[in-house]
Amino acid sequence: MSIDVAVFGVMFVVVLGSSIAMLFARNAVHVALFLVVTQIGLAVAFLLEGAYFIAAIQIIVYAGAIMVLFLFVIMLLGVDRREALNEPLRGQRPLAVGLAALLAAEVLYVAYKGSDLITTGGGSQALQDLNADPGNVKALARVVFSRYLLPFEVTSILLVVAVVGVMVLARQMSAISPVSARSGSSVADKEEAA
Amino acid sequence: MTTDAVLAPFIIGLPLAGAVILLLFGKRMGRVAGVIGSATVGVAFILGVISFFSLLSRPEEERAVSRHLFEWITAGSFQAGVDLLVDQLSIVMVLVVTGVGALIHVYSIGYMHGDERYPRFFAYLNLFVAFMLVLVLADNLLLLYVGWEGVGLCSYLLIGFWFERRAAANAAKKAFIVNRIGDFSFLLGILLLAFTVGSLTIGGVNSAAAGELTAGTATVAALLLFGGATGKSAQIPLYVWLPDAMEGPTPVSALIHAATMVTAGVYMVVRFSPVFEASGGTALAVVAWVGAITALWAALMACAEYDIKRVLAYSTISQLGYMFLAAGVGAYSAGMFHLVTHAFFKALMFLGAGAVMHALAGEVDMRKMGGLRKAMPVVGLTFLAGVLAISGVAPFAGFFSKDSILASAWFEDQYALWGIAVFTTLLTAFYMARLFFRVFEGDLKVPEGAHPHDAPRSMAAALVPLAVLAVIGGVINLPRLVTLEHFLEPVVGESHVPTGLTPWVLGGIALLVGIAGILIARAFYTTTAGATRRQRLQRLAPWFVTAVRNKFFVDRIYGRGIVLPGKALASFSSSVLDTKVIDGVVNGVAWLIGRGAEEGRHVQTGYVRNYAVITLLGVVVLVGILFLRIGVA
Amino acid sequence: MTDVPPGYFLALAGLMFTIGVIGVLVRRNAIVLFMFIELMLNAVNLVFVTFARMKGNIDGQVLVFFVLVVAAAEVVVGLAIIMLIARRRASANVDDVRLLKW
Repeated sequence: MSIDVAVFGVMFVVVLGSSIAMLFARNAVHVALFLVVTQIGLAVAFLLEGAYFIAAIQIIVYAGAIMVLFLFVIMLLGVDRREALNEPLRGQRPLAVGLAALLAAEVLYVAYKGSDLITTGGGSQALQDLNADPGNVKALARVVFSRYLLPFEVTSILLVVAVVGVMVLARQMSAISPVSARSGSSVADKEEAA
Repeated sequence: MTTDAVLAPFIIGLPLAGAVILLLFGKRMGRVAGVIGSATVGVAFILGVISFFSLLSRPEEERAVSRHLFEWITAGSFQAGVDLLVDQLSIVMVLVVTGVGALIHVYSIGYMHGDERYPRFFAYLNLFVAFMLVLVLADNLLLLYVGWEGVGLCSYLLIGFWFERRAAANAAKKAFIVNRIGDFSFLLGILLLAFTVGSLTIGGVNSAAAGELTAGTATVAALLLFGGATGKSAQIPLYVWLPDAMEGPTPVSALIHAATMVTAGVYMVVRFSPVFEASGGTALAVVAWVGAITALWAALMACAEYDIKRVLAYSTISQLGYMFLAAGVGAYSAGMFHLVTHAFFKALMFLGAGAVMHALAGEVDMRKMGGLRKAMPVVGLTFLAGVLAISGVAPFAGFFSKDSILASAWFEDQYALWGIAVFTTLLTAFYMARLFFRVFEGDLKVPEGAHPHDAPRSMAAALVPLAVLAVIGGVINLPRLVTLEHFLEPVVGESHVPTGLTPWVLGGIALLVGIAGILIARAFYTTTAGATRRQRLQRLAPWFVTAVRNKFFVDRIYGRGIVLPGKALASFSSSVLDTKVIDGVVNGVAWLIGRGAEEGRHVQTGYVRNYAVITLLGVVVLVGILFLRIGVA
Repeated sequence: MTDVPPGYFLALAGLMFTIGVIGVLVRRNAIVLFMFIELMLNAVNLVFVTFARMKGNIDGQVLVFFVLVVAAAEVVVGLAIIMLIARRRASANVDDVRLLKW
């Protein structure tokens, strides 16, 4: 049993456990914290799969910036009280769980088929070579700035649109209450993160 | 492209333009409307004459030119364009329509003078001429059908021109509806040909008839087409509308219900004669017998009618019967010949009758008239020409045309038909002479308050040329000389010119019979003893007299047998079928949808999470379908 | 690089995604709901990375990169909207926002 398998096992348990814990945590802050745990676990999974740069981004952007933003908003709205347990919509829970189970069955079946799905390409050895020769970050950068240059540039437009949209929303917010000045700073955060 | 085909669209376009202009601006024109209306048709006639001579200048085998104006319908392999065909047959019809039409337009200037809808009358007349020209110039059945329906429409509009009068409105409706029955049959015939032949062009249909069309199909198609002809040309059993159509203004009766529109059926039969012949005798026999019986039937009724216009109407039906008889025995050119001469003398007599009515404040009952020849010499003389022509007295036009029909029947060995036709000739001469003697001879007798006067100049301007044509019209087909027959040969096929003594004998018989009819009428209606002679004759078969006087009860039979059940069906449809069934279904559907929406809108809960569940359901199902489709297993 | 079969990673991703779905359907706090959406996005990221490994090239990781950017933009706008609604209605419960109904 190699060390990889052990790491994977621990990661698997942590990620799945904290995901399930998210479902049952009644306080929004707790949910956010469990999500952070999940994402750190995922970063480990990325490391295992040789996606080093993505693993770093995962921790910095997701677990760091985005989750901080979530907590920030929870605090701002003061909705960190416990959620009521009752379900007002009749049949919502059994339906949700039943359908989700079906979906899980379908997805897990695909996972079971696993490696049969992709037979072309060089396999994990090829990725390993890439990570060794130019290095993961360099390889990624080469692809992003060549083949995916246009989508990459388009994301800048997306971010600008998001910024403008949030500013418009923030103006409406200030019409409702004076607290809204904060949301401007959250946009700045976001810019940095992206 | 030669001149004749170039002119064809203009021949139609002129009256059409006239109609449009008069309909749009007629009200402001006043008297000018009549001049414009007449001028367009007159110029069209001149164009027709030019076309005719340019046709004559060509070699005989190249005397059919068509002109493609534009594509009309293209559906798969089926094509129908707006194509005009100028050939020997259509040019003859064009000349008749525009020539007689122009004279009648001129006549109408005087006749309709003072009518409050004067411009509209000319607009309708022009429209009619345009449609009639479309009918005769059309190179395919579909376009012909357009003209066919168009003239029916104009006929309706013009019969009901004085729609304030209930009788006129009813007559218009009757004419239209009876025509619809025939038109329906005609349409079925067209569809049948379209399906079996796949083309509706005249050439296509006729060559198919000569070739691939089976006798059975040809018989059905020919009879269906002939059904349309019985409606339009007022043959048994659909003739009933024509006598009533006399409610319209007299020029209308002359133009539409004597000279042109009613001959459309004859033209059509002649035009599609190969189809009729392809049926192997059946269709032609039907045509011939229907024509002959109609001729006799209508002539009988004409003998008992007192309304001068109705006498002429029955006479028209009878003469149309002759034309069908001619077509039925294969003597197409004889039929066309009679069509042309009939257009001359019948239009003439209608216009004469119109002049009489005009002079006598609209009186039509011949019992209230008498001795008008002295009061209105021009009308009297021209009318006499018409009477002699229709009675078949040599050398007037009618003699030649009728004689050629009779001779054709004889030489086709149809002796029964010949007998009927000869007897009808006797009756024809009798009733026409009766009309003439009653109205124009004897002592002067007019309805009270009427001041008989001769026809005004514009009316005389139409009467005199027509009278001349009625007198000498026969020259267009003098046996063995120049001839219409020969001219038409390429279209309708060769006709046999009989030789020897027989044709002379037959001609002599026809002539004698005609003269006999006139003499009988003279004996009955001019002398004082005539009245008693009439009564003695009537006592021989009183039931027959009653039957004839009541028009053989046909109108009543149709009324009881067809119109009443039809009305019952209509009221059943409106009160039960329409309100209960149709409305029920429509309202029911609306109710169903309304209720469904009322109930179904509760699906929209407004809860985002509900919608999300449904979305998830969709995802699960889609992924499942994906599995099934590509089969991951 | 690991020799753990990719199927295991895919199974983990599928389970995470399912949990995310259940969370979206069951929880009512708008912000929590949003977090479950993030969870689902993460699951998808994992799938991308796994496929990249299976295929032996780096394009899958590039896609994760783009998903991250889009998720960031989406979170900013989404949270702003949630704040706006929450300020107006003094609640972040998604069941309270149900004007679009019969």
